[in-house]
Amino acid sequence: MRKLKLVMVGNGMAGVRTLEELRKIAPDMYDITVFGAEPHPNYNRILLSPVLAGEMTIQDIILNDLQWYADNGITLHLGARVTEIDRRNRSVIATDRNGQTITVDYDRLLIATGSTPFMPPFPGRDLPGVISYRDIKDTDEMIDAAARYRHAVVIGAGLLGLEAANGLALRGMAVTVVHNSEWIMERQLDRTAGKMLQAELEKKGMQFKMNAQTAELVAGESGRVAAVKFKDGDSIPADLVCVAAGIRPNVELAEKAGIHCNRGIVVNDTLQSYDPRVYAVGECANHRGTAYGLVAPLFEQAKVCANHLAEMGIGRYQGSVTSTKLKVAGIDVFSAGDFSGADGAEDIVLHDPGLGIYKRIVLKDDKLVGAVLYGDTKDGAWYFQLLRDEQDISDIRDHLVFGNAHLGDVGHKGNNVAAGMADDAEVCGCNGVCKGTIVKAIQEHGLFSLEDVRKHTKASSSCGSCTGLVEQILASTVGGAYQPSDSNNKAVCGCTDLSHGEVRHAINQHKLLSVAEAQQHLGWRTPNGCATCRPALNYYCLSSWPHEAIDDPQSRFINERAHANIQKDGTYSVVPRMWGGLTTPTELRAIADAAEKYRVPTVKVTGGQRIDLLGVKKEDLPQMWADFARAGMVSGHAYGKSLRTVKTCVGSEHCRFGTQRSMALGVKLEKMLYGMWSPHKVKLAVSGCPRNCAESGIKDVGVIGVDSGYELYIGGNGGIKTEVAQFFVKVQDDDEVMEYGGAFIQLYREEGFYLERTCHYLERVGMEHIRQRVLDDAASRKALYEKLLFALQDYKDPWAEIFADKSGGSHKREFEIIKV
Amino acid sequence: MTDWTRICALTDVPVLGARVVESAREGRIAVFRNSADQVFALRDRCPHKAGPLSQGIVHGTTVTCPLHSWKIQLEDGQVVAPDVGCAKPYPIRVEDGDVLLQL
Repeated sequence: MRKLKLVMVGNGMAGVRTLEELRKIAPDMYDITVFGAEPHPNYNRILLSPVLAGEMTIQDIILNDLQWYADNGITLHLGARVTEIDRRNRSVIATDRNGQTITVDYDRLLIATGSTPFMPPFPGRDLPGVISYRDIKDTDEMIDAAARYRHAVVIGAGLLGLEAANGLALRGMAVTVVHNSEWIMERQLDRTAGKMLQAELEKKGMQFKMNAQTAELVAGESGRVAAVKFKDGDSIPADLVCVAAGIRPNVELAEKAGIHCNRGIVVNDTLQSYDPRVYAVGECANHRGTAYGLVAPLFEQAKVCANHLAEMGIGRYQGSVTSTKLKVAGIDVFSAGDFSGADGAEDIVLHDPGLGIYKRIVLKDDKLVGAVLYGDTKDGAWYFQLLRDEQDISDIRDHLVFGNAHLGDVGHKGNNVAAGMADDAEVCGCNGVCKGTIVKAIQEHGLFSLEDVRKHTKASSSCGSCTGLVEQILASTVGGAYQPSDSNNKAVCGCTDLSHGEVRHAINQHKLLSVAEAQQHLGWRTPNGCATCRPALNYYCLSSWPHEAIDDPQSRFINERAHANIQKDGTYSVVPRMWGGLTTPTELRAIADAAEKYRVPTVKVTGGQRIDLLGVKKEDLPQMWADFARAGMVSGHAYGKSLRTVKTCVGSEHCRFGTQRSMALGVKLEKMLYGMWSPHKVKLAVSGCPRNCAESGIKDVGVIGVDSGYELYIGGNGGIKTEVAQFFVKVQDDDEVMEYGGAFIQLYREEGFYLERTCHYLERVGMEHIRQRVLDDAASRKALYEKLLFALQDYKDPWAEIFADKSGGSHKREFEIIKV
Repeated sequence: MTDWTRICALTDVPVLGARVVESAREGRIAVFRNSADQVFALRDRCPHKAGPLSQGIVHGTTVTCPLHSWKIQLEDGQVVAPDVGCAKPYPIRVEDGDVLLQL
């Protein structure tokens, strides 16, 4: 079959990303030709500022070197200006750097021409020494001017203007920033933050002239620009004028070719222009009325566009809600949403001029609608998520402004600002990854997302408590290119574009009963998924369709197949269940016998009030289980995404302070929930009085007995980042504890994403949602409780099951070693 | 290299699963079977931290190590990028429903 011809006009970040995505999914579909007007391969435009500031070189910011184009068989014309798109003959006509005309035919055309700087029409704009700030050439010109001249004027105090000013100041020039509004970066910052930033920049030696209207640029004797004259008659000296007054989508070529443009090339959700053979991505495209300038939305566009170029036809770009997280001259600023102070909006402000911190969050109708952060932006991602999800924040309003920094206190020695960390400071305590390693990986491999960093460095890929730090490092290393991902809507894994929510919904709607059925129905890209999606799919099927879905052992992590917990040396740990933490001399004898018989090297008491036998060989497991089954003991599920333990204190049975029979209730709860699979592990505790010896405050469901009944707490977690459980409801008796607690757990089982603990689930959906389903609506509560009991009925102990299976079924044979 | 040795029947290896073979000379070898009934044999030791690959989740022609989720290609034992390393592969084939391994 003849290969299709794809021509790309423009060689920037959005366009080349589209090609990268395309090579991933359809490597041999197209012969690709790329025209780039600049003489450089694709580079990270956002990092021009560090180049100007002398912190990086051009070489550092190249994303795809010439070898990459060659390796991927892409014909690259550098320094070639495309002069015409001939849609009738489907060809692109260009003039190369030697003035030769090149004509290339296309089957599909991708326009990624980016944007051009806006040059206001004041007299003198064409003088030597007047430049814009867009590409490597401009940057070189500024570096050159800084070495030879003294006075620089930057017109426009947006991000680009300030970065240019900062760079020029660092290179020794006397810089004045001229701006036509009352404060700088007025589109990204409110007045207070803008003024704070200005004061900080003034401390670094920059001058500002605000509310200034430029009248003309005046030439000196040499013919080069010498001064900027304002409408109020004022004038300041200028040997270099950098105009940073905004950008415009570069659509000249498209317009000339008769492609419909309106402040950008108008594209649909598949990034197709009005000519179906012509696609457009990046700053030159106008999608649903918006031309995006931040790199994250452009990369999303690239992914969708590549998918359609590959004729896969799935995936739509539906626009992006953007936030701005920037580092301006070393100062972190963040903003998102609407902070103009519209009708009915309320402000919560935390302002500490001494520390240089300003946080303003804007609320409307109990929802977060805007945020401006200055100096301390580590909570930006969290605010952004709240804003995008339109979550009801009335419950957390009292501490909302203090943030939720996704930073634990573990392993970072109290460090929570990445910028101040030394290169050899450890960021990820689980995998021993230092800041320098992360920065190096980001630069060397051109990483832009948290996922990429996790893959390459393993940082933040285990417990995740350093995620906030890694995000900060990413933001400061790639500049504005980094945008926190939308964690609720990201794809389950590389096998699909669907999110956890979408997959759950589909399994429910279409009654998908097995992993394979779900994969087929949902168009999985891989033959049988991967180790990330298979366990999730298996859980979603089982929890949506109890007693009907087919459990796939091979889609479970080894622990849930072996009913024991794999250890670093490949041996297993076995934990027999002790209901409510209670045991008997007979059970203890059985445990002691098994420990001796199978020469268990370590016997340890767990935090969940059980006894753990560590170092058991896999081939010994079936026999050991059989021994326990004979002694009447069952699996403790200390290994599964399931009910783990119900921890209890002694309670009123023995304790002189106890108000309720906590042991008895704990045993009841544990018997009710025995064998329950869940999105993640679930731990409970019952304390007999508010002294809370069973630590109910850090459990998924914590029960505290009081004289008049029980208090229920939910969403606690004693792990990575200690989360104190939130008060849920006060109930009268044991039955109500089971019903209310059970209904909450069932709701979590139905709505939680796989590997999402109750605290994260609660944070995502909000306490109000749980209250509505479990407290306010008695019918809904009872239905949930009944569904839970239905799902759990007839559960067979896995140890007894395997022990009783004398057929030699393959799941038992799996434990036998074949000797040769 | 010695001759081909019969290990077990193909049906003794679970689909998308593995069995462990212990050889006096080579130590533990993981024998995998994928959804297309292809079989593969690798040294049962992840190049990362010696995790037992036989206990991992098999998908496509890859196994994910149960300890730290490194991905290892079943055909040649090469670790999937960005990680690097190799688990020793062994020649293996299916004949008349039997799995034969060359040691």
